[in-house]
Amino acid sequence: MSFITDLLNIIGNFIHGIIQSIFGFSPFLVDAITMGLAAVILCTFAAVSFMGLTYVERKLVARIQDRVGPNQAGPVGLLQPIADGIKMFTKEDTTPAAADRWVYNLAPLVIAVFALTTYAVLPFAPGIVGTNLNIGAFYVLAIGSGSIIAIIMAGWGSNNKYALLGAFRTVAQLVGYEVPMLLNVLPVIMLAGSMSLIDIIDHQTLANGGTGIPNIVLLPFCALVFLISGIAETARSPFDLLEAESEIVAGFHVEYSGMKFALFFLGEYVNALAVAFMFTVLFLGGYAGPILPPYVWMLLKAAAVFTVFMWLRGTLPRIRVDQMHNMNWKFLVPASIVNLILVMILLKLFPSDAALAQANGGILVTPAVQAGILFASNLVVMLGALAIAARRARGARLAEEEMLAARRAENMAAAKA
Amino acid sequence: MITTAALLMGVTLIAASLLRPKKPSKAKLETYECGMETVGDTWVQFRVQYYVLALVFVVFDIEAVLLFPIAVAFNALSWFAVLNVVIFILILLAALVYAWRKGALEWE
Repeated sequence: MSFITDLLNIIGNFIHGIIQSIFGFSPFLVDAITMGLAAVILCTFAAVSFMGLTYVERKLVARIQDRVGPNQAGPVGLLQPIADGIKMFTKEDTTPAAADRWVYNLAPLVIAVFALTTYAVLPFAPGIVGTNLNIGAFYVLAIGSGSIIAIIMAGWGSNNKYALLGAFRTVAQLVGYEVPMLLNVLPVIMLAGSMSLIDIIDHQTLANGGTGIPNIVLLPFCALVFLISGIAETARSPFDLLEAESEIVAGFHVEYSGMKFALFFLGEYVNALAVAFMFTVLFLGGYAGPILPPYVWMLLKAAAVFTVFMWLRGTLPRIRVDQMHNMNWKFLVPASIVNLILVMILLKLFPSDAALAQANGGILVTPAVQAGILFASNLVVMLGALAIAARRARGARLAEEEMLAARRAENMAAAKA
Repeated sequence: MITTAALLMGVTLIAASLLRPKKPSKAKLETYECGMETVGDTWVQFRVQYYVLALVFVVFDIEAVLLFPIAVAFNALSWFAVLNVVIFILILLAALVYAWRKGALEWE
């Protein structure tokens, strides 16, 4: 049992030992080589999962829309990603004469590198992590927003009006949705008392002195807003305004073809998968779970979150630009701020730790009761915010209908006269 | 990690450039705007709305950056400190309401 659970650790130690004993390098060099190997493995993992995910997503979305999806290349279309890869690899690649060559050619590299670098801090099992940064959550959010730079580089460097429009939309959207994302990671960090992703997972497991309750039970509203803003951050449907094939022909990557286009696609998918992993770590308890080995749990949970992404993509239509901004600035941000204040006050009022209760006063409760209180307050905020939004939207709709009715009456009168 | 990722992706780009055909022509290198010739300068004037939203974003992003250390040290904070933080957040909420009332968040 423990052999399967620690499989990755054992392989890691084995490779470390081989390098150390056979080549006889100094410890620093050995560490450098193993870290480089780990980085290569992580990049390969991300790239391979990107290939697999394109196939799964196309198949699943096709099923949702009552189509068959790719089915020609190999059995049930399984070789489709490889065929796509060969096609992308051997396709002619044009650089428009008017483009800014350096910026244009560097943009795909920048987006892919930023997307892959996120994986350095994701913990897949106890001990299986690129580096355990003590600012892990902050690092992922900071690196994740790096793709904005690549997108504005692509839009500006292409010297194409559609690309520039797409880039403007992107910056407005990605920059805006970063605010609710940051605000909803804060309560999780408060609960764990640390920004390290491993500490956050430990707080949600029983084994290492945590509560054993995943954060999604404590903070359902935070989880929902994180999911929404995560989808918007990775520019997936229904928030794919920056691509909007039917409006601005593909947004910032109109001019790209061949391998550069593939790198943009890779960046997008790898970012989306990183958000799924982050959701797993922050709200679903990461690699914690019974019976199965931890890395299987981590992958299963992330796959479930990514399935939700695909499901939303297959079901929802694209929203308008004004709806996107309204939803962010007039709904998610104020509601998140109110929720944050409530969580702060409730955590101080009802501490679950005896020492803290003694130091600051407040009523000492068990973790389960604390979870119940937080859950209730989150639910109240969510329902309250939704009720207010629904009332406002209803008012706007009624006003519009009234205006239309008045105009219709006017037209009727004009027709009669 | 950054160097490895950059190396791997750079290698794919270079390998692709060795493999792919390269037959540029004048028409192929033109800016793609659905087959029409481009008119005028590409770097057009953009909406002032983007600028306003960017300003609002900067305020909230810096707020979030200031809140991260507070969140880490949250368990050690006294009631007085927590109330101060709440007041700080409320001021920002007031700023959001002000921007909303001023019409900075409208998009038509």
